[in-house]
Amino acid sequence: MIKAILVFNNHGKPRLSKFYQYFNEDMQQQIIKETFQLVSKRDDNVCNFLEGGSLIGGSDYKLIYRHYATLYFVFCVDSSESELGILDLIQVFVETLDKCFENVCELDLIFHADAAHQVLDELVMGGMVLQTNMADILCRLQEQNKMQKTEAGISAAPARAVSAVKSMNLPQQLRDMKLPDLPQAIKDLKF
Amino acid sequence: MALKKVKGNFERMFDKNLTDLVRGIRNNKDNEAKYIAQCMEEIKVELRQDNIGVKANAVAKLTYLQMLGYDISWAIFNIIEVMSSNKFTYKRIGYLAASQSFHADSELLMLTTNMIRKDLNAQNQYEAGLALSGLSCFISHDLARDLANDIMTLMSSTKPYLRMKAVLMMYKVFLRYPEALRPAFPKLKEKLEDPDPGVQSAAVNVVCELARKNPKNYLSLAPVFFKLMTTSTNNWMLIKIIKLFGALTPLEPRLGKKLIEPLTNLIHSTSAMSLLYECINTVIAVLISISSGMPGHAASVQLCVQKLRILIEDSDQNLKYLGLLAMSRILKSHPKSVQAHKDLVLSCLDDKDESIRLRALGLLYGMVSKKNLMEIVKKLMVHMERAEGTLYRDELLMRIIEICSQNNYQHVVDFEWYVTVLVELTEMETSAKHGCTLAAQLTEVGARVADVRAFAARECGALCAWAAAALPTPPGPASREVLYAAAYVLAEYCQEESVVRECISSLLSCAGVGGAQMRARAVCVHSALKLCARLLLTYERRRDLDAALAIIRETLSGIRPLLCSEDMEVQERAHNAFALLVIVLHRLNPDDPALQVDGFVMPVSVTSLSNQTATLVEHEQSNGLEKEESEELTNGEETSQGFSGGLIEELASLFEGELKPVAPKAQKKVPMPSDLNLDKWLSRDRWSSESSSSEGEGEEGAVFTVQQEDARPLSQFTPEELHMLKEARRQEQANNPHYLKDDSPRSYQQDDIPIAELALEVPLQVHSKRSDKYLKETTKKTKKEKRHTKKRKNKPEKYSTESESEEEGEELCSRPAVEAGGELPEGAAPSDDEPPPHDDPHRALDLDLDLPLREEELLTSRIHQYPSPESGLLGKKKESKKNKTSAKISTEKVSNKKKEKKTKRNKDIDLMLSEVDKNDVVENLLIDNIEKSKSDEHTKQNVTNDKNDEYVKNKTEKHRKSKKELKKDRESKKNKLSKKDKHETKRGYEEALGISTPSKEVI
Repeated sequence: MIKAILVFNNHGKPRLSKFYQYFNEDMQQQIIKETFQLVSKRDDNVCNFLEGGSLIGGSDYKLIYRHYATLYFVFCVDSSESELGILDLIQVFVETLDKCFENVCELDLIFHADAAHQVLDELVMGGMVLQTNMADILCRLQEQNKMQKTEAGISAAPARAVSAVKSMNLPQQLRDMKLPDLPQAIKDLKF
Repeated sequence: MALKKVKGNFERMFDKNLTDLVRGIRNNKDNEAKYIAQCMEEIKVELRQDNIGVKANAVAKLTYLQMLGYDISWAIFNIIEVMSSNKFTYKRIGYLAASQSFHADSELLMLTTNMIRKDLNAQNQYEAGLALSGLSCFISHDLARDLANDIMTLMSSTKPYLRMKAVLMMYKVFLRYPEALRPAFPKLKEKLEDPDPGVQSAAVNVVCELARKNPKNYLSLAPVFFKLMTTSTNNWMLIKIIKLFGALTPLEPRLGKKLIEPLTNLIHSTSAMSLLYECINTVIAVLISISSGMPGHAASVQLCVQKLRILIEDSDQNLKYLGLLAMSRILKSHPKSVQAHKDLVLSCLDDKDESIRLRALGLLYGMVSKKNLMEIVKKLMVHMERAEGTLYRDELLMRIIEICSQNNYQHVVDFEWYVTVLVELTEMETSAKHGCTLAAQLTEVGARVADVRAFAARECGALCAWAAAALPTPPGPASREVLYAAAYVLAEYCQEESVVRECISSLLSCAGVGGAQMRARAVCVHSALKLCARLLLTYERRRDLDAALAIIRETLSGIRPLLCSEDMEVQERAHNAFALLVIVLHRLNPDDPALQVDGFVMPVSVTSLSNQTATLVEHEQSNGLEKEESEELTNGEETSQGFSGGLIEELASLFEGELKPVAPKAQKKVPMPSDLNLDKWLSRDRWSSESSSSEGEGEEGAVFTVQQEDARPLSQFTPEELHMLKEARRQEQANNPHYLKDDSPRSYQQDDIPIAELALEVPLQVHSKRSDKYLKETTKKTKKEKRHTKKRKNKPEKYSTESESEEEGEELCSRPAVEAGGELPEGAAPSDDEPPPHDDPHRALDLDLDLPLREEELLTSRIHQYPSPESGLLGKKKESKKNKTSAKISTEKVSNKKKEKKTKRNKDIDLMLSEVDKNDVVENLLIDNIEKSKSDEHTKQNVTNDKNDEYVKNKTEKHRKSKKELKKDRESKKNKLSKKDKHETKRGYEEALGISTPSKEVI
């Protein structure tokens, strides 16, 4: 069983957290903090397994993590999971995110944590691995997003337009967002 | 309507959406908390609006804030509202929020039952999938019970996506509602051979999780898995299956034999490291479980170890780590094969990766032998000096102690070496916790190994001397603790006059410093008195009055500053010691200048009484000191007993006698005195919380007289009451620090042995590696040195069997006797009967899955307290199909149905009933319920009184437990019994819940 999946950046700021066992919010933050402290002090060329998280789990649990650029992806699993398997799973997760966001970066997770959760939900369910085939996962996600789009239909257009304008007005946006978004926003405006 | 919609959308445009929130937080880095508080207020306003879109937006923002650590449980009702929206977009937001913030004990969770049921049965597979994903995160017992049937139906859906999710979901259902396991199991088994690989894999996953905790129930599935293993190519599934076999083989050796071949083939053929690794793991499990007689056994072990060696030598740190992990598993059963790779393990100790070093350390435990222990420990100590992180350093220290002390110091030949190591470890100054461990070791070695006592005392004396020499710098945290033991060991075992002479003053100066954290101070004072008494006895026997006077004077002057110590314990002990010594001094030399100078403390009282030695006796008693025989002493007896007239002998005898190690469970084994009745009330006002604490005061009469007029004698308590009381008492004891807890695992007997602590003042200067000289000695010396050896007595056989073979040659080299075990009360035998932990949900899942299903076990979709017509009826239809039972029941059902419909017809379907509505429903149901229970009453006339009830209960239990041998009997009994069973279940529900649901009635 997977007990928790945590994504945080190099400074320990949570970007995505999923607990498959209940902890209250304070405890969740403490766990993230502790995990960050454990993981962040390790070199990049050491192994990806870690024992000794005191708050989460116990002797049967391990932290398995991967470090991509500015983000740590940490899975807390018990002994029924294969260690190398989970490493692969993290890879699948990140690759899927990459496909969904087109060159995923930390900003994508910051602004679209909900979308990342949707990806994760297709990958893991209730702490058990659901699907590991990336093509399948992407297909499921696309179909669901399509449903959402048809629902939104014409009535959502004004709202989209306004949010696009709001996005444009902020100078921050220029720094934050990638340039290719701009034409898209203009297209929405015309409508 | 449309206008409203447009308007709603228009308003929405100017709300903050999630992106705005995130951006806002990023722009307000300095006053984030304030900004979020402001946003929370906005969200609360938004949640109050009618527009579901606005609400969804607010909930999405809440989900984000939850991740940042804000409690959003207050919004649970709004989240449920959003979940119940018809739009998939909003549903998604709602379910995400629910899965992040709900949990099994959330309030209002029961509101979701029918909504989730509706979603599960939705046309669109993604809506159902969404509901399953969400539910998996917060399913509660009630939800599991009510929805089990719907989820089971989904297991045979036409869509693989839903089948897969439903199968996984069932595991969560089982955990919360174990009763579902047996009825659902056949279907789960079916899914193992589902045409869709995803579903198959999910089923394997679930069975693996189940079997991990209760493997014996799943042995019957072994053939199915075996087939899957040999045919499947899905590595994920293979890994799970192979892991499952690892859990099954210990129970069925034949399975293991069958597995070896295909696993070996996989090991040779696969290119996937993860699969290879799991194969090795399972082969190891097989090898552990089967006896070594099997052909090819040794070859398999060899293959595993070789493959693991390749993994460990790999440059990939992950493989290295896993290799070591698997090695440690082999180590338990085949230590020799692993020992061959000692070089490899030792080289891993130098790895830069802490995880790997820790793993390698774990392996060392099994690699030590008498020959290489010193060498390995030396290496570890070098590491300890270099180690940077405290975690690793601490781990090293614990490991050193662990490998040395394992199996009652099995591998330690030279205890002088070990004591030196302990002293050196103390000098490295670790934390107080490890100081305690070291102190415990020092005491234990002293208590168990008689031969090393003199040496240990000398070392401890040196420790104290160093601590004293370093004054006024107080000792570090570790040596502070070790000093506690050192003072004890020193005073207890030291026989050398010169050492004793020196140590008294250093002990006393140690007692003067350290402040409150230093527990060792009082022990130092006490130890000084002990040593002084011993020394006096020696002098008296030698008739050396001057030396005796000198030592008393010296000790008195050392104690004097402690008489007004700020530490109560130190002060008390100092006064005791001082008074005793003054009495002795007065006897030896009434005109001694030390007595005159004093004027400070006792002279008045003591000198006036000092002729009446009886006072001394009383004094001791009041101090609770141990004394052997002192009744001989009478007034002014100055005959043949040396210059003190027996007084010194008397004093020394106070400290005589050897303290032996106490077995860890000795306290538990003390037999209960036959006349002790703990269930009897001591005082009458038993319900007042005072009764236990105030028993001594004011109510002696009630406490100590036989209580006859106690309002309620023991016999009147029902078993439940007694149990309750016992439980309450246990609880109280658990919270009371004065009781010994019985379940604390103690590796060292430090709690049982009175440990005297000594304060070591300074990080003692290290004389470079004194322990090394032992290593050199042993390498040089031709194992000839004879130490007088008592043969180890009562050494447990299990140790000797495994160690004998490998150490035959080494037995030549003698090893001092180590006292094993510990003292137990008479007649008690050591045993290891630890009850398993109680809180594991898997215990409830330990069910026999091969027994045929009983009728009452069949899952029926249970209708919730707030039934909505469609789902309720839907469930009913299924039931009616399933439960084609007797005509009587069905008629009852029909009538129930009618009542149901009546109540439901005027109820709103919508989940979002207003409060009033809900109350109405509950009321109606309750009325309904009363009516129903009335009608029940006369259907079960045969079960009227309690006795009868109990009888049935017993029967039911037996019935449950009955295994195959009862099968035939059951056939005949079934009719009768099952009838009774049914009634029984019914009753149980009504008593427990107070609300009965129609579906239960139907059963």
